[in-house]
Amino acid sequence: MERLKSRTIQTVILVLVIIGLIALALGGYLTPLSRYALAPFISAQTWLSTRFQAIQSYVAAPQDTARLRQHNLELEAENSRLQSEIIDLEQQLSETRILQALVDFARVNPEDRYIAAQVIGRDPSPFLQYVLINRGSDDGLRRGMLVVTSQGLVGRIAAVTAGAARVQLITDAASAINVRLEPSGAQAVLKGSTTGDLSLDMIPQEASVQIGDLVLTSGLGGNYPADIVIGQVTNLRSQDTDLFQRASVQPAVDFTQMPIVLIITNFRPVDVTPLIPTPSTP
Amino acid sequence: MATLIAIPILGVLLILQTAVISQIPLLRGTSDLVMVAIIAWSLQKTVKTAWQWGIIGGLLVGITTALPYALPVFGYLLVVGMVLLLRQRVWQVPILAMFVATFLGTIIIHGLSIGVLRFTGTPLSWLESVNMITLPSLLINLLVALPAYAIFGDLARWLYPAELEV
Repeated sequence: MERLKSRTIQTVILVLVIIGLIALALGGYLTPLSRYALAPFISAQTWLSTRFQAIQSYVAAPQDTARLRQHNLELEAENSRLQSEIIDLEQQLSETRILQALVDFARVNPEDRYIAAQVIGRDPSPFLQYVLINRGSDDGLRRGMLVVTSQGLVGRIAAVTAGAARVQLITDAASAINVRLEPSGAQAVLKGSTTGDLSLDMIPQEASVQIGDLVLTSGLGGNYPADIVIGQVTNLRSQDTDLFQRASVQPAVDFTQMPIVLIITNFRPVDVTPLIPTPSTP
Repeated sequence: MATLIAIPILGVLLILQTAVISQIPLLRGTSDLVMVAIIAWSLQKTVKTAWQWGIIGGLLVGITTALPYALPVFGYLLVVGMVLLLRQRVWQVPILAMFVATFLGTIIIHGLSIGVLRFTGTPLSWLESVNMITLPSLLINLLVALPAYAIFGDLARWLYPAELEV
């Protein structure tokens, strides 16, 4: 009986202690104590867990590497595909912009009829400034027709085959064009050169030419129609002892970046040779 | 076969030259791939079709260029003659002969071009043409000469296999 009473008291005390501890814990009074008590356990568990994860990672690594490599290859392939798609789209955008500019140019000059052509090459001889285009007599092109871009005059067709044509650029050393300078209205002759530079000759001494003046075709001679933009005067050389002034011209067209050109099909050059007097003519 | 194969080979080289090489000049000079190919082919000891290659190359370039039609044909035949002379008489070191022939070939073709263009009324300056076009072209042609010699050497060995003594 005495033993039973003693055990009951022990149980009650134990329950009261547990309830007290729980109450203390819920009240937050055991937090500092638990921190110190649990610290060694946490450290040990961290140490063990780190080692286990390292071993697990070592064991599982080959599979992961293979999977990552495959994933990497897939991503690289996707990247290459997207890169080529971007290049393709950029090229299409560039061509669209050029065509838009050419269409705008054609709208501004509705009296002319145009055919667009792609520049497919240059003359193999470095002494000549000619380009090859992918349109020929089958498309209605004829020798002497003018070639332009939205920036200005490019040249004229020098030879034609059924499917292609050769265009003599205005920068060719054999090219000479009668031009007019604006706003002075002075007449001059534009010449190409071996280096591809343009120069003006035969500018009258009395003409008041300024740097920045616009160079346009004059239409004289019948080879080119009037008022097509060629470029701007960049440098002027004038000496009192010379008969004429000379000048350098910056062309409006960038001949190195000229993927598409327009051919004016309704212009025919006029042959004025019979009208030029010869010594035998009375 | 060795003659007919010149048409696609020189044709492809000409397309490459007009579409790509001419767009990337050094100063104003560009490489003459057709001429270098003809020289490399003509220098191979087993080759017997050098003259034919010269004519085909000249005709192909003559169709494309604005130079007078006969000039490339005549020029390349002159180059082939010069190469055969070098091959027969003087040179025992073919690589050196390739460089010398490329040098002389460029001078011949450019000299003819300048001469004919001036004769036909194009106002070309000798000094400007040599400085801006011929010298840079010479440099590029010499750079192309070595790989061209190796490639056409392989082609010649394929078309003219060495006879085995039994």
